[in-house]
Amino acid sequence: MVVRRVERSEGRGCEVKFDIVKNRKWYFGFSILISIAGILIMLLMGLNLGTDFEAGSRVQFNVGQAFTEKEITEKFEANLKTIEVSAVQEIENYGAVVRIAKKITPEEENQINEYLNKNYKNAAPQISSIDPVVARELAEKAIYAILYASLGIILYMAVRFEYRFAIAGVISVLQVVLVVVSIFALFRFEIDITFIAAILTIVGYSIHDTIVIFDRIRENLKHYKVKTVSDLENLVNDSIWQTMARSINTVLTVVFSAGMLYLLGGAAIKHFSLALLIGLVTGAYSSIFIASQLWVAWKSRELKKA
Amino acid sequence: MIKWSRFVGFLLIVVLFFALAVPTYQGIWKGITLGLDLQGGFDVLYEVQDSPEGEKVTDEGVISTIKAIERRIDKEGVSEPNIQKEGANRIRVQLAGVFDQSEAKKLLVQTAQLRFLAPDGTTVLATGKDLKPNAKYVSDQNTGAPQVAVEFKDPDKFKKITEDYLGQPVAIELDGKIITAPTIQVVIYDGKAVINGQEDVKEATELANLLNAGSLPFPLKEISSFGVSPSLGEGSLDMTMMAGGIAFILIFVFMVVWYRLPGLIAMIALVMYAYLLFATVNFMGITLTLPGLAALVLGIGMAVDVNIIATERMKDEFRNGKSTLSAVIMGQKRSMPTIIDANITSIIAGILMYWFGTGQIKSFAVAHIISVLATFITAVLISRLLMQLLVRSNIIKNKWWYGASREAKGGAAK
Repeated sequence: MVVRRVERSEGRGCEVKFDIVKNRKWYFGFSILISIAGILIMLLMGLNLGTDFEAGSRVQFNVGQAFTEKEITEKFEANLKTIEVSAVQEIENYGAVVRIAKKITPEEENQINEYLNKNYKNAAPQISSIDPVVARELAEKAIYAILYASLGIILYMAVRFEYRFAIAGVISVLQVVLVVVSIFALFRFEIDITFIAAILTIVGYSIHDTIVIFDRIRENLKHYKVKTVSDLENLVNDSIWQTMARSINTVLTVVFSAGMLYLLGGAAIKHFSLALLIGLVTGAYSSIFIASQLWVAWKSRELKKA
Repeated sequence: MIKWSRFVGFLLIVVLFFALAVPTYQGIWKGITLGLDLQGGFDVLYEVQDSPEGEKVTDEGVISTIKAIERRIDKEGVSEPNIQKEGANRIRVQLAGVFDQSEAKKLLVQTAQLRFLAPDGTTVLATGKDLKPNAKYVSDQNTGAPQVAVEFKDPDKFKKITEDYLGQPVAIELDGKIITAPTIQVVIYDGKAVINGQEDVKEATELANLLNAGSLPFPLKEISSFGVSPSLGEGSLDMTMMAGGIAFILIFVFMVVWYRLPGLIAMIALVMYAYLLFATVNFMGITLTLPGLAALVLGIGMAVDVNIIATERMKDEFRNGKSTLSAVIMGQKRSMPTIIDANITSIIAGILMYWFGTGQIKSFAVAHIISVLATFITAVLISRLLMQLLVRSNIIKNKWWYGASREAKGGAAK
């Protein structure tokens, strides 16, 4: 069955929609502002690296009641002679995270466990400690994992679509990652190996969102006649609106998942879930307002030259 | 006209799946190995060090050390230990479950070098290697004091030692510390001896276990350690499963209200997805960790996305005035390239994460790849089959049930 172009065109274009594409310079401006703010936050506040990436020791346990950081520090150093506390952080449900700059020995770890289990009811300690060499290796491997995954995605998209699509898609994903990382830096949330897993998930979802839109653009390129920049803008605007319901509904379903993980999930994945929530919502925005617009801006210059 | 065979086919697939899944899902869940972050335990990375005598670490040395550690852990009765070589001279030990973590760690790193020394304190007459691996705790018949009974592989060797040093003290040294130095009073012909000086039964039993496991060829230095108490791990698992369950319910309501029949079919496919996922994790013996579990829970969202893409394409076809059957078929056909592209990027990312990642990232990557494959089988292939069987049965023909809006119907009337 041959689909009549006129019918399709009428069906798709008859509704009046906000013109997303023509207003793209506003989104670009907004993105630049966010990026600058994000970079400044990271430079000024630094990242709160967990023991996976920063050598030292970390003790997490349930205090069971309100406490002050000074109080915990004093008790620790009074009862555990060889240990010097460098930071205490309060977490949900009267939990505490104690950071120690050096890697504690197995004997010191035993002492900590005994001290906690004797002095705090249901302490449920979780202790990690790591050597500088291993911490550096883990950090490097995490970075490589992200870089190579991104590179693989770029290559695949370049083959399936066109290199401009691929680069536009990855730039919009980088923006999402920047937003999540800078928010974690702003609130001093800990960045550990599970945070990297969250980032990788966000990358995957953002690419999904972008591919759905790009795929529609590619399909519409076969049916629309594109001779001017204005034609191109209309095509992309239509494509975005045609996939809008999918974009919104999909982010809703994953927000249900990540939201429930955040509200009800264990303490260990509380921040993981928060990163996902921020990343998934930002990713949906970025796919709609940034990725396609970058492609239009880039493609437009090519059309103007012709 | 109504084609009952199609509708029966539809019902049959759904009923058969639930008939298979309901009796088996508990067993599948229980058979999954939980990582230490979900059930407690520890993960320690050791670096094998050159021996105090100056012997250099070799590949065989590392492997021998791993074997010695494995034998010691067997004595502890910990279920499913994971011990593996990492890089050139590192050993990772992962023990999950409820046990005394301090004792287990102490047991792991003790070299347990046993030596019989001549009265001059330096000449080594025999070592732990000369003993049979059948040392055991015994109590002294006269005093009841705890002792360790040992037996030499070669009784003649021990006979010669007792002959040569009759009437003299022969020290027994463990890891550089003399634990006893009895005077030899008679020549011993059967190769059996007892070691005394232990404080209590526990210490004697531990020593016996260490001797039976054999000494470590090289000392170990702990360079990384992660320990979770069992109660913390349990809490994480229960809460995460509850989160997954509630997320499912919310998604179910949203999908059925918004998309109606396609939404219902999407949720049936989602249940199949979850079942297939856990069955695969069980079958492949994959250890489920917290990030891995989170990846699976999030896979719920990705599985639903596939059906959302297909259903939104169907709605496009309805707006173009297509019949129900035609809209279903064209919607599925048109959405397939998008779905394939989106999921292949996920698999590419997963493979690269696995290849270049480490530890938890690998674990996440495996869960992610399995999730994508399970999505394709259930949310793509099976849900399409179910949808086509249903629409071709002509049981329900009104477009509204397939997600079309009422305005679209009006539009078609024009």
